[in-house]
Amino acid sequence: MNFGFTQEQELLRDQVRRFLDDNCALPDVRRIMQSAQGYEQEHWQQIAGLGWLGLIISESDGGVGLNWVDLVVVLEEMGRSLYPGPYLSTLCFTAALIDIADSDTQKALLPRIADGKIKGSLALLDRPGDPHVGNIFLEANTTGEGVFLSGCKPFVHDCGSADYFLVAYRQAQDFYLALLDVNDPNLERSHSATMDLTKRTGKLTFDNLDISNAPRFKVSEPQINRLFDIGAVGVAAEMIGAAETVLAITTTYAQDRIQFGHAIGKYQGVKHRLAEMYVDIESFKSLVYYAAWTITDSAEELSRSASLAKAFASDAFAAIGIDAVQLHGAIGFTQEYDIQLYLKRSKWSRASFGNADFHYEKIIEQKQSSQGI
Amino acid sequence: MDFEYTQSEQNFRSEVRQFLDENLPAATDRGPDFMEHWLKKVREKRWVGFSWPKSVGGGGGNIMEQVILKEEMSARKAPPLGTCMMGLAWVGPGIIQYGTEEQKQRFLPDILDSKYHWCTGYSEPNVGSDLAALQCKATRDGDEYVINGTKIWTSLAPFASWISMLVRTDNFGETDNKHDGITALLVDLSTQGIEIKPIENMAGGKVFAQIFFDNVRVPIKNRLGEEGHGWAVTISSLANERSSIGEVAGLYTKLEKLTELLATSQWNGQAAITDKKIRRTLGRFEAKIEAMRLNGLRYLTKQIKGDPLSSETSVNKLHRAELEVEMGDFAVEKLGEAGLQLRNQEDAVRSGYWAADSLNWPTVVIGGGTPNIQKNIIAERILGLPKD
Repeated sequence: MNFGFTQEQELLRDQVRRFLDDNCALPDVRRIMQSAQGYEQEHWQQIAGLGWLGLIISESDGGVGLNWVDLVVVLEEMGRSLYPGPYLSTLCFTAALIDIADSDTQKALLPRIADGKIKGSLALLDRPGDPHVGNIFLEANTTGEGVFLSGCKPFVHDCGSADYFLVAYRQAQDFYLALLDVNDPNLERSHSATMDLTKRTGKLTFDNLDISNAPRFKVSEPQINRLFDIGAVGVAAEMIGAAETVLAITTTYAQDRIQFGHAIGKYQGVKHRLAEMYVDIESFKSLVYYAAWTITDSAEELSRSASLAKAFASDAFAAIGIDAVQLHGAIGFTQEYDIQLYLKRSKWSRASFGNADFHYEKIIEQKQSSQGI
Repeated sequence: MDFEYTQSEQNFRSEVRQFLDENLPAATDRGPDFMEHWLKKVREKRWVGFSWPKSVGGGGGNIMEQVILKEEMSARKAPPLGTCMMGLAWVGPGIIQYGTEEQKQRFLPDILDSKYHWCTGYSEPNVGSDLAALQCKATRDGDEYVINGTKIWTSLAPFASWISMLVRTDNFGETDNKHDGITALLVDLSTQGIEIKPIENMAGGKVFAQIFFDNVRVPIKNRLGEEGHGWAVTISSLANERSSIGEVAGLYTKLEKLTELLATSQWNGQAAITDKKIRRTLGRFEAKIEAMRLNGLRYLTKQIKGDPLSSETSVNKLHRAELEVEMGDFAVEKLGEAGLQLRNQEDAVRSGYWAADSLNWPTVVIGGGTPNIQKNIIAERILGLPKD
């Protein structure tokens, strides 16, 4: 029994933290997030060199051959420093390839992902809504001339920087993922920032796009749900580091800010809210760690544990972001002060891969079915 | 991360399961002498006081074995391992750490044999969260202490034979060194001059009491630890944290009951559980309970690695406090007026279980440190914020 990290994992954490502190401290983040591209290519190559892009890719495909527990360490640290870049989206894309792609496709793409040469993103949902197959209704039209897609995929993470997309569609009763190359001249994409400038989004539009030459993989509903769950765990892992930074910044402020003759952290109205934040972060941290472990080691538990983690984290971090700004008073409301960056991240994280409403509902459906009521 | 059990841990689990198969009949098949038989059997196994050293009659179980024993007992909803709760949880460990050889021989076997109840005397009418300000005093007279004062909110006092209590033997009326001058005494409740007045709680139970001490004479040999150092004795027994495994199992059972209740109760002609807000709340309860379970495992891992726990255990105490208050209250709210009927009232639901539950939470939530105190502990000791 060991619900903790190994020494190697702690070393990895130190390495990630050191790299981000040295290269991507908040002043750097602010500069990068204002750029058109939204990330720094040089960092991407360095990250590739450190092996973080191939962490879950097997050694035979050019990766490091580790698993999601190792990845959590990296994601936590990226969340801590609000790393701006398409890491999480490429990771979800990578996980999907590992889960569902044929071995030719894996051999072709995975080594290049690990090397930092290509990036990818998932384009699953057809409309704003829950991460649920009910929100995938793009239908392929098969004729004698090919297989055609007409429609659009909104809110594709890091749409502007990805080189490949896995696009979900239906054909007859089945679900498929098509691997689309951004160089396809008939694939239209747009991209934009979100209120959290470190997280980019965009839209793919298909106007009778022929995908008959693209690799296409038939996927079951549980396989798609697993991708949603993995994404939820990834987001929630970033939320740990981000929320811990919010607590650290706000705690320091409460120690330094003097009102009525005392540091405001002496007053229970302030100190108790900070203690509650600690309790919540400790708790969703445990839930996320366990969910990450189930991805590789206990797949049948993933659905429940991912939802417990993402639901708890979504509610908790959203409230932490708001209260942290409020505890700072007016300074927290300024563009110049960093706490607002994390408030924005909390809202992005909540919306990404299912909010608490969705995940709590999923938990209760499973509970009813396990209790037979 | 690895959630595997070693071979010897697995063997131990099989041993516990086999024991339960052989000695724990279904609740409906238990005869009048079941409990006596059960206590005898688990005592033979040395599972009463399983964490205590073997030298004092305990089981010498390591941390993982303690966890496994608790898990298996909770999973089968087995009766407690020994009925002397306070003795096993607080008084015994204090005696093991600070007691004289004579005290160990005199008291520990009786605790393990479930002979009588102990209670612990901390709070006083003017002393609650600020425990170190206690005033109940004891003065030396020859080879005896003479106690005068009162203790209140003493759980189990109406049924207990002995009390482990804190008295002030020095530093009377001082506020600066209030932690000094406190002494721990073990007192026979049948001693002359003791009066126990049970206090009825809001749920109708009479499980706590006020105890009055009027020139109560206690032999010096019944002092636990050194004179004036009772605070250290208390702190170490409070730090003797119980793992939250049994509590988590209990909360999961309660959540199952709550889900079943809402699936079978009607509201506006529909099963209550179809309501979106109700579903969300149930989900939130489940996430909290699971977080408690996993926090417990993380802290357990720390202990196994040899890092002592500090104030982290306040995290699960706060979750538990919230869940104990909210689950019962939620059930009663969702049952509407039917939720207000207690046992034996005409339309009581589930024999008034939830109505009673919604009134009984203070036992857990206030005893052992209020939520506000737990938050102070986290804010001051973990986050480093200034003391009040």
